Amino acid sequence: MREPRWVGWARRLVLGVLALFTGLPLYAMAASAVKPLGDVQRDWRWIPSTITFRPFADIWTTIPLGRYFLNSLVVSGAATALSVAIAILAAYAISRFRFPGRRVFSITVLSTQMFPGILFLLPLFLIFVNIGNATGVALYGSRLGLVLTYLTFSLPFAIWMLAGYFDSIPKELDEAALVDGTGPVGALLRVVVPAATPGIVAVAIYSFMTAWGEVLFASVMTDSNTRTLAVGLQEYSTEVQVYWNQVMAASLIVSVPIVAGFLLLQRFLVAGLTAGAVK
Amino acid sequence: MTALLDQAPAAPAAGDRRPPRRRPRRGRRVALPYLLLLPALVLELLVHLVPMAVGVWMSFRKLTQFYIRNWSAAPHAGFDNYRVMLDFDSAVGRNLLHSFGVTVAFTVLSVGAAWLLGTAAAVLMQSRFRGRGPLRAFFLVPYALPMYAAVITWAFMLQRDTGMVNGLLGRDGPDAPFWLIGGNSFWSLVVVSVWRTWPFAFLIVMAGLQNIPRDLYEAAALDGAGWWRQFRTITQPMLRPVNQVLLLVLFLWTFNDFNTPYVLFGESAPREASLISIHIYQSSFVTWNFGLGSAMSVLLLLFLLLVTAAYLAVTSRRRRIHA
Repeated sequence: MREPRWVGWARRLVLGVLALFTGLPLYAMAASAVKPLGDVQRDWRWIPSTITFRPFADIWTTIPLGRYFLNSLVVSGAATALSVAIAILAAYAISRFRFPGRRVFSITVLSTQMFPGILFLLPLFLIFVNIGNATGVALYGSRLGLVLTYLTFSLPFAIWMLAGYFDSIPKELDEAALVDGTGPVGALLRVVVPAATPGIVAVAIYSFMTAWGEVLFASVMTDSNTRTLAVGLQEYSTEVQVYWNQVMAASLIVSVPIVAGFLLLQRFLVAGLTAGAVK
Repeated sequence: MTALLDQAPAAPAAGDRRPPRRRPRRGRRVALPYLLLLPALVLELLVHLVPMAVGVWMSFRKLTQFYIRNWSAAPHAGFDNYRVMLDFDSAVGRNLLHSFGVTVAFTVLSVGAAWLLGTAAAVLMQSRFRGRGPLRAFFLVPYALPMYAAVITWAFMLQRDTGMVNGLLGRDGPDAPFWLIGGNSFWSLVVVSVWRTWPFAFLIVMAGLQNIPRDLYEAAALDGAGWWRQFRTITQPMLRPVNQVLLLVLFLWTFNDFNTPYVLFGESAPREASLISIHIYQSSFVTWNFGLGSAMSVLLLLFLLLVTAAYLAVTSRRRRIHA
């Protein structure tokens, strides 16, 4: 497409402003993480007076970051593994079978994504507390309760994305496996899952990101032993006396693996995330 | 999308050609998709649908702190909870109305800006130029960042005495503005929200643009249509279905946003930036009046359903007319 000159100028201007807008917070995070404490306790400095990596070491003792980290890893990891496994089964059913209730199921599950979290926070809190009182299975304040909750947050999108992905795998492949005598479940495990690996990885990243960043339910459903990174850092950052250089170091630590994973797998994730919206 | 196994229910018609010994397997095949869906269904029921029903039930109960441990004994309240919060002469009703107004203003500004920025960036990045790939990845970083890490960084930037924003504006000393309390806190919230959501709009619009066939533009160029005409007559109408979904999703996310204000302001959001989710959270867990909190949630849900239904009705009709 031939463009007039003004489009070129508009592009430079708009993209330049957006790059600045996007970049300033990223710069604030990265630069402040290597500043000595004195630099973040007076007026804003653009350049650190000296570069120090102390904040990366100190934050682990200022707050129990190690415990938060472990909790977040366990909760997000378990929620991701379960969510992917359950989504694979459900997506296979939706993609390869026609049965009464298929549409109703898809719509119901997807629409739960749209509801405000606050709507089921209070009842879920009460249900978890009461299940604990009645059966002794501690859901409130435990990692298990959080795993179950997060799992359902990513499940609708995961099912949707995977069903779309499975649709793109030729049915002849599973038919060949069926002819070879494996059942439908064997065809799923031996043919469809290996062929859908990129989609499954994208779904796993998405589930992990969802669980890793959640705040609302973690703030209510955890106690001091099961606090996740999200709530732990949020709590500390709203205290009166905050060592901002250490907080920025911690933010950098929790962000880098996620952002790197996202950017590496961007292509798959973008294809999956947008498939539904574009169709 | 023809399924290889959906021949199974139709098989009896051609049953005479099939060997009878295969019949018993058919029952298993009919049950199989339901078995595969069962785990997902049970969890969705446990965490979303049952709590939602319980939430509606709670909104008709006098579920105060005395009944948390033994909630089934909470007395009936009829429509009392609804009456209290819709009485705009009382403090509860006034605060709810105020919070609703704040949320509407916040949503309109934030969704509008995020959509505009995302569309502008996606359209301007439609043609190739040097550095396009890396720039696209860079724009997606705010979307990939764990949301609390991003918002905590903003909270640091918005500190009055040590933050980047006042440094950038050259404001220090006793008359430096506060950004996290008072009237400014609303604008801080809008900016942080736009920063977090515009990359998503960018992503979706970009994907929508990729689906527009190239030859449409080539044909238009042959007919002598300039850049702007091509944008108006090809890009815009072709993006309409994408925008229909995108705006709805952005609206629902932004209207329900709890995380951004909660991380930015902590337990007590300033009145000027008290979004509806925060308001419900605070009125529930500060006073432990879950009945009232649930009633507010139910009303919120009804409002969202109404807006969504109206939106879909209007936009679908317009799509049909244009098509």
